[in-house]
Amino acid sequence: MRKVLAILAFVLVPLTAHGAGGDNANLDKAHVDLTDMASLQRGARIFVNFCLSCHSAKYMRYERMASDLGIGEDIVEEDLMFASDKIGDLMTTTMPDEDAKEWFGVAPPDLSLMARSRGADYLYTYMRSFYLDESTPSGWNNTVFPNVAMPHAMYEWQGNQEAIFTTDESGNKIFERFELVKEAKLSPEEYDAAMRDLTNFMVYLAEPAKLKRYTIGFWVMVFLLVMVALTYALKKEFWRDVH
Amino acid sequence: MSRFMEWVDARFPATKVWQEHMAQYYAPKNFNFWYYFGSLAILVLVIQILTGIFLTMHYKPDSQLAFASVEYIMRDVPWGWFIRYMHSTGASLFFVVVYLHMFRALLYGSFKGPRELVWLIGMVIFVALMAEAFMGYLLPWGNMSYWGAQVIISLFGAIPVIGDGLAEWIRGDFVVSDATLNRFFAFHVILLPLLLVLLVYLHIVALHKVGSNNPDGVEIKKHKDSAGRPLDGIPFHPYYTVKDLFGAMVFLVLYFAIVFFVPEFGGWFLEKDNFAPADILQTPPDIVPLWYFTPFYSILRAVTWEWLPGGAKLWGVIAMGASIVMLFLLPWLDRARVRSIRYRGWMYKTALTIFVIAFVILGYLGTKNPTRIDLFAFQNVYWAQVCMILYFLFFLLMPWYTSRDATKPEPDRVTH
Repeated sequence: MRKVLAILAFVLVPLTAHGAGGDNANLDKAHVDLTDMASLQRGARIFVNFCLSCHSAKYMRYERMASDLGIGEDIVEEDLMFASDKIGDLMTTTMPDEDAKEWFGVAPPDLSLMARSRGADYLYTYMRSFYLDESTPSGWNNTVFPNVAMPHAMYEWQGNQEAIFTTDESGNKIFERFELVKEAKLSPEEYDAAMRDLTNFMVYLAEPAKLKRYTIGFWVMVFLLVMVALTYALKKEFWRDVH
Repeated sequence: MSRFMEWVDARFPATKVWQEHMAQYYAPKNFNFWYYFGSLAILVLVIQILTGIFLTMHYKPDSQLAFASVEYIMRDVPWGWFIRYMHSTGASLFFVVVYLHMFRALLYGSFKGPRELVWLIGMVIFVALMAEAFMGYLLPWGNMSYWGAQVIISLFGAIPVIGDGLAEWIRGDFVVSDATLNRFFAFHVILLPLLLVLLVYLHIVALHKVGSNNPDGVEIKKHKDSAGRPLDGIPFHPYYTVKDLFGAMVFLVLYFAIVFFVPEFGGWFLEKDNFAPADILQTPPDIVPLWYFTPFYSILRAVTWEWLPGGAKLWGVIAMGASIVMLFLLPWLDRARVRSIRYRGWMYKTALTIFVIAFVILGYLGTKNPTRIDLFAFQNVYWAQVCMILYFLFFLLMPWYTSRDATKPEPDRVTH
């Protein structure tokens, strides 16, 4: 038993170390909840209204989203499909890459897997960290992704932010806080909640199977633990005459 | 015996093989925890082959389609995510099982005579498995797949004179490209699995010729009853088949817990950067191989002494190669009279402990930027150099310390 524990420790200790490292130490926690269907549905609405105009989610189908999130196909077709006309279509964007490159200097990346390659906390913090910056082509900048080509798509909801920087002793610019310089449609709390919904949806979008794999996994565990008990009893029985 | 079996046995040695390798193959009765990993390795091999077959039905080995086809498997293929997570988790657990299986040999001296060939064939399996995993990792065509392959193949470029041509020959192009993906797919799904199955067969044939070692490291064949059966042996079937069945179930609990609840395993089994498609213009900030390669990757990067003839990179490659060659030489480096750690002296016990610690630290450092400080006081690269030296000393000093070690007398029969 001691040896088993030692091996478990050997395997599990580095797990935390790996997750803790990296340059994303200052991100706000997204605290997403994939069981909150209403939140996922609100997130889906924000996603198709704002993100999908420029970005694609080309590995995802509208049909899958409709059935997974409990949205009727007619509602999806009417309210959530602006970029295509068949429910079985992939969530592509209408903006051609060439135009995008001309307008923004770079084609907006596909968002299907963004929550897996960047992480939920990153997306949540990123969407709340745009600030006005006259030195950039779009007039916007972002503390999470400095000099990002993307302008703030949701400034009407969040309002315009300015970033306050201080300089440390060695002359490096250090971000201190944001200041809202123009009021918006949503209060800061409402905006944060909306971005949490959006992040929640994007976590789902990155791995639709996540909605069901925990439930299936639970029953697999129950079955296998019964099998462990049964095979243990079987082994004991067979080994009774070995001394 | 049934008439059917008589008919078969007259034409094929079915019963004979069953008797020799299962029902009348006598294994020591004192196998402990460490003896589950051989059968578990076979279980994982079977899982990998079966899930791999289903993955190839939907995967497209084409640089334009590969990444999308994996996402197609994850989303549109019924249960595709399940098969894919089984395969990706299986790859990592294969190495967990194999590393523990190899460590067992170090504990109980299973590589020592007369089992040298069992060990050597096993080491060839280990190398083939590394090739299999490396090539399989390119197939999802994620950005880490791409850059990992780029870095590792470019290592061949360090070989003098033929290096660059060799690297180009392996890739089939000047950079990792569609040609590389296609040939890696061919090797991953045909050549190496065939080789692995053949080698596992040879590994077992060699094992059954000399008989299994045990935690006491004593020969059970020395004491037999009047019928020629080892007194401390029990038939593999049914005793070890039921015991290994129990072991398999415990393993499957851990395995499926990962598959269903933490398939990325915190970035250790599926890396974040690999969820972005391969991009020749965008190098990931840190190119990190999967955890099972990191001890050797650390050794590669630990050689930073540019004054060496031929340059540091060449010697890094040589050191990495040598770190694996050392393992092959174990049966001849170890001069101890006893096999098991139970009867060895303090020297081997200390050496083995230091070796394991050095190996684990090397593995950890392989995932970190060499210039950072993640342990204490010194940059990672200096710790890697210390651990590399300890790693090699374990082997190079082995003939000396194992022949001087104060061993205890072995028992005549197995104890527990």
